[in-house]
Amino acid sequence: MQKVFDRPVSLKDVQTHFCPGCQHGTIHRLVADAMDSLGVQQRTIGVASVGCSVFLYGYFDVDVVEAPHGRAPAVATGVKRVHKDKIVFTYQGDGDLAAIGTSEIIHAANRGEKLTVIFVNNTTYGMTGGQMAPTTLPAQRTTTSPRGRDVAVDGYPIRMAEVLAALEGTAYSVRVSVNSPKNIIQAGKVIRRAFELQTQGVGLSFVEVLSACPTNWGMDPLKANERVASEMIPYFPLGCFKDITAA
Amino acid sequence: MTKRLFVKGNEAVAMGAIEAGCRYYFGYPITPQSDIPEYLSRELPGVGGDFIQAESEIASINMLLGASACGARAMTSSSSPGISLKQEGISYMAGSELPGVIVNICRSGPGLGGIDASQADYFQAVKGGGHGGYHIIVLAPHSVQEMYDLTMLAFDLSDRYRVPAMILADSVIGQMKEALVPHSYAAPADLPAKDWKVTGKGGRQEQRVVKSLYLGDGELEAHNWRLHARYAQLKAREVRFEAAGTSGADLLVTAYGSTARIAKTAIRMAREEGLKVGLLRPISLFPFPAGAFLDATAATKKVLCFELNAGQMVEDVRLSVARDAEVFFYGRPPGAGSLPTPEEFLEQIRKHCKD
Repeated sequence: MQKVFDRPVSLKDVQTHFCPGCQHGTIHRLVADAMDSLGVQQRTIGVASVGCSVFLYGYFDVDVVEAPHGRAPAVATGVKRVHKDKIVFTYQGDGDLAAIGTSEIIHAANRGEKLTVIFVNNTTYGMTGGQMAPTTLPAQRTTTSPRGRDVAVDGYPIRMAEVLAALEGTAYSVRVSVNSPKNIIQAGKVIRRAFELQTQGVGLSFVEVLSACPTNWGMDPLKANERVASEMIPYFPLGCFKDITAA
Repeated sequence: MTKRLFVKGNEAVAMGAIEAGCRYYFGYPITPQSDIPEYLSRELPGVGGDFIQAESEIASINMLLGASACGARAMTSSSSPGISLKQEGISYMAGSELPGVIVNICRSGPGLGGIDASQADYFQAVKGGGHGGYHIIVLAPHSVQEMYDLTMLAFDLSDRYRVPAMILADSVIGQMKEALVPHSYAAPADLPAKDWKVTGKGGRQEQRVVKSLYLGDGELEAHNWRLHARYAQLKAREVRFEAAGTSGADLLVTAYGSTARIAKTAIRMAREEGLKVGLLRPISLFPFPAGAFLDATAATKKVLCFELNAGQMVEDVRLSVARDAEVFFYGRPPGAGSLPTPEEFLEQIRKHCKD
């Protein structure tokens, strides 16, 4: 019988610690698939950020450096400057990349660092218990926006894929989602492309992945996926905002 | 004939770093240390290295963290307010057991302060500086030659103990020019291999992870004890100081860095007057030469500590001297152009010799 589905070799055979319905596992799988299909696992170095995704090294079977909160693009810059022939990626949440680490991602992109950045946007701070994120939607209730995000007080959700697309050093900036099988397949293609572009050394490749946080949203996983479609995608449109290799 | 160069202290740091094999520098301009990034931006590309002017001090220390995690010799430099910003990354490097050299050419503060020389960052440098209870190696050059030599040493010590190392100097040492005799560097033969560095697995069975997060039962405590055992090794093996005329002295003068230069002149003047004054100059501020103070104060019961601040190193001196020794302090918090003169120090020496 033909085997049609297996664990990617870039992923370890371990149990997940993520909450039920969390999509980090799905995104990890897509990143591992990309490494496998490009055959780069043995020369890849991951940079773990702070938040739910810090345990990167527990799942990916690659060398990993852990960065302070928000600083993964700076740490990755140091790694890539030493290992110019290696594949270096960061994996960051929305608090990490779009709040405390805005400076680091903007400038790494602007320098055109040859890095792949996986940006997981679930509109909340997951690990610290569901506080307001820079991507929290207007009127969304969180533990620090208990009456709902008021844009007059809290400002507006940041569309990072569009922001980074505006920078010269960004080679590829795409927003995908993992809320449906169709979107997961598309996300996989985009993540693979983001790693492939790094092997071509054209600049920073950035993939924003819309993702659910059922625990902190107070929803079951199906409802959470529905919310991604009904509330997140309208504000954070899916699509490619920049691809310097496109004809 | 040995080649002698007439260079700035800051340039000597940069030259020593390149000679010691540093190939990566990440920094951000701030007076009075900008000669260091300027020199390295010019010279590193020519030796196959990389210079990055980062967007901030925070980014530059984290670039250093990344490059050090790859096993490369790498450096950053800044001045007091910039070093405060770097403390986050320094704490992470300490927690991640990463080497790396950080240069602090101190200016006066607190806050924006001024660009004149100061020794008010002593506490920040030797007591941890960032969060979490750690130490870094701190070396305090008092000449352009030492800027060169101690930078090389900082790389070696940092690599040997997997502890970040700081060169702590100030604008007097950084900005002054004097003779430097450059010499070639040879890495100590017994430096441990960096078998922890990330390289991409490259066929290796085990993955390598550089991290400071330890969540398992008792893991973090064990990790912290391991770090503290290393600090104890540093205290036992890597203390450095200069001592002169300490035996038979009536008064022991202590000072480091720029203040030690002024103190040396004052001591010479005092000896010309027949006063018996010894000098004990700490070169490593962490590890602090506690044993040298204890030994010196077995006979000499009076110690006078000079600093360019309102009293910081004097606390470590008091903790180090013999039980019945008296420690006096004379210092001035930094202010524009108000360096103490040798005559000012001499007056203090006379006073305590007579008492």
